[in-house]
Amino acid sequence: MAQDVLVFCEQRDGVFRTIALENLAAGRSISAETGGQCVALSAGTGGGADEGLLASHGAEKVLTVEDEKLARYSPELLLQVLDAAVKEVDPAVVIFGATAMGKDLAPRLTAKLGVSIAPDCTGLDWDDGKLVAARPIYAGKATIKFRMNSEPAIVSVRPKAFAAGEPAEGASAETSSLSVSLDTATVKYDLKEVLKSGGATVDLTEADIIVSGGRGMKAAENFKLVEDLADALGGVVGASRAVVDADWRPHSEQVGQTGKVVSPTLYVACGISGAIQHVAGMRSSKTIVAINKDAEAPIFNLADYGIVGDTLEVLPAMTEKIRVMRAGE
Amino acid sequence: MKIAVFVKRVPDTESIIKIKENRQGIEKADLSFVMNPYDEYALEEALRIREKAGEGEVVVISLGPEEVKETIKSALAMGADRAIHALVPESPEDPVVTAQGLKAATEGESFDLLLFGKQATDTDNGQTGTIVAELMGLPSAAVVIDVSVDGDVVTVHREIEGGEEVVTLPLPAVLTAQKGLNEPRYASLKGIMAAKKKTVDQKEISLTDSSREVVSVEYPPTRPEGRIVGEGVEAVDELLKLLREEAKLL
Repeated sequence: MAQDVLVFCEQRDGVFRTIALENLAAGRSISAETGGQCVALSAGTGGGADEGLLASHGAEKVLTVEDEKLARYSPELLLQVLDAAVKEVDPAVVIFGATAMGKDLAPRLTAKLGVSIAPDCTGLDWDDGKLVAARPIYAGKATIKFRMNSEPAIVSVRPKAFAAGEPAEGASAETSSLSVSLDTATVKYDLKEVLKSGGATVDLTEADIIVSGGRGMKAAENFKLVEDLADALGGVVGASRAVVDADWRPHSEQVGQTGKVVSPTLYVACGISGAIQHVAGMRSSKTIVAINKDAEAPIFNLADYGIVGDTLEVLPAMTEKIRVMRAGE
Repeated sequence: MKIAVFVKRVPDTESIIKIKENRQGIEKADLSFVMNPYDEYALEEALRIREKAGEGEVVVISLGPEEVKETIKSALAMGADRAIHALVPESPEDPVVTAQGLKAATEGESFDLLLFGKQATDTDNGQTGTIVAELMGLPSAAVVIDVSVDGDVVTVHREIEGGEEVVTLPLPAVLTAQKGLNEPRYASLKGIMAAKKKTVDQKEISLTDSSREVVSVEYPPTRPEGRIVGEGVEAVDELLKLLREEAKLL
């Protein structure tokens, strides 16, 4: 009976992304229950990817595939790699991150293997020989748990649902290279170019601190105050749907049901009323602070701490005090 | 050019969700339903491609019970040419089952482009379009914010963390639409009237079994009650103190 957990370790430009380490933590928590091994799959061009990092975050075995053809993102070539890895490892579970890459690769593998998938999971358990996956539905208004009966069971895990954890000192993993003869004849997805959006280097879904602004900021220019506070806190800027629809901020900053779902350690909601659809996107934040002029705003029902006041006054005051605090450290 | 647009009937995003007593699903009786918002972007894009080409056919396809005819009608009113209703007793929870059902619904048709919304706002899987593509042996790009068809190649901009990928795919291809792809039109009165005369082909599809079993449906954990620290600028010191000492941040 399959017992190993195969973890696809997402990398970009030869560097493993934090999600890969979170996925290894998830994988190790399951393999500890199955009695099998947590096997990391690293697929890239080989330049620079730090396999020791994978071992220190839970991988007991690392399978590497190195090929120049993997220099640019190619879901079809990666599917060939995944297929070969699954044949090699015969895992009970395959774990991806619920990222752009993971959400593209996981369903492809699911269809190819004829198995089932639980995408965007917030919890994983091993119960009576099967994986039980918990995931949000209706924009997080409910959580559904599935018993995954296919072998392997495929899951993608929401960013920050598992902590990457501290690297374990002295951990080592058995590394072996998997030889896959990549067939480019069948490749149709042609990645021509990657355009980087200026500004935030950290995606909202991966940010630890988010300072978000809504219509209560009154005008697009006032978002400078949101940016300053985000900057002082070392976080990134988020936005409500209203200000994105009004073209004050780009869609990539939208938090909410039709935007991004985030779970930072700290979420500061500035001039955001707290509509259901916005809450759906940030309700699993660890600590929520709300600043709003309206004491009756629904956001205060959700927030851990609130200030009733004018964002245009409160934000700069917060920014100033935080800067002073930081300067004094 | 023949374009398929897959649409789903989902509860309005304003809906308050009530979990069934048996914790196996949610109560759907009192909900109001709409077309999945992401599917509207897909449909709008199909209509624009047809308009730009000056020819072509937009076919909407929906998998679900009798009630989805409402959603199909809205899609026809927006401008789709005809529809296929894959009739099943209930909309599947499992994206693999849904994908297999939708693939079966396309039997006998040959599409150049197959468009989906990136995810349905009820199940929030975001996988169905890509699974359909894989089952049909077609190339796919998910979460697209820009689409441009030129002959038998489609160029898309696909949203990724921190930017966009510019990707080309040969037709036939599958795309899933992200918000921001376009501004969906409202159905005009003329469109609503015309919809009544458009063909809706009903096909009975038998669904495969899911290999996922529902264990439970629960509400999210309630957060401990928070408090209003104070008013205005005067409250900032206290807030920062609490964030530092209580929340252990800063």
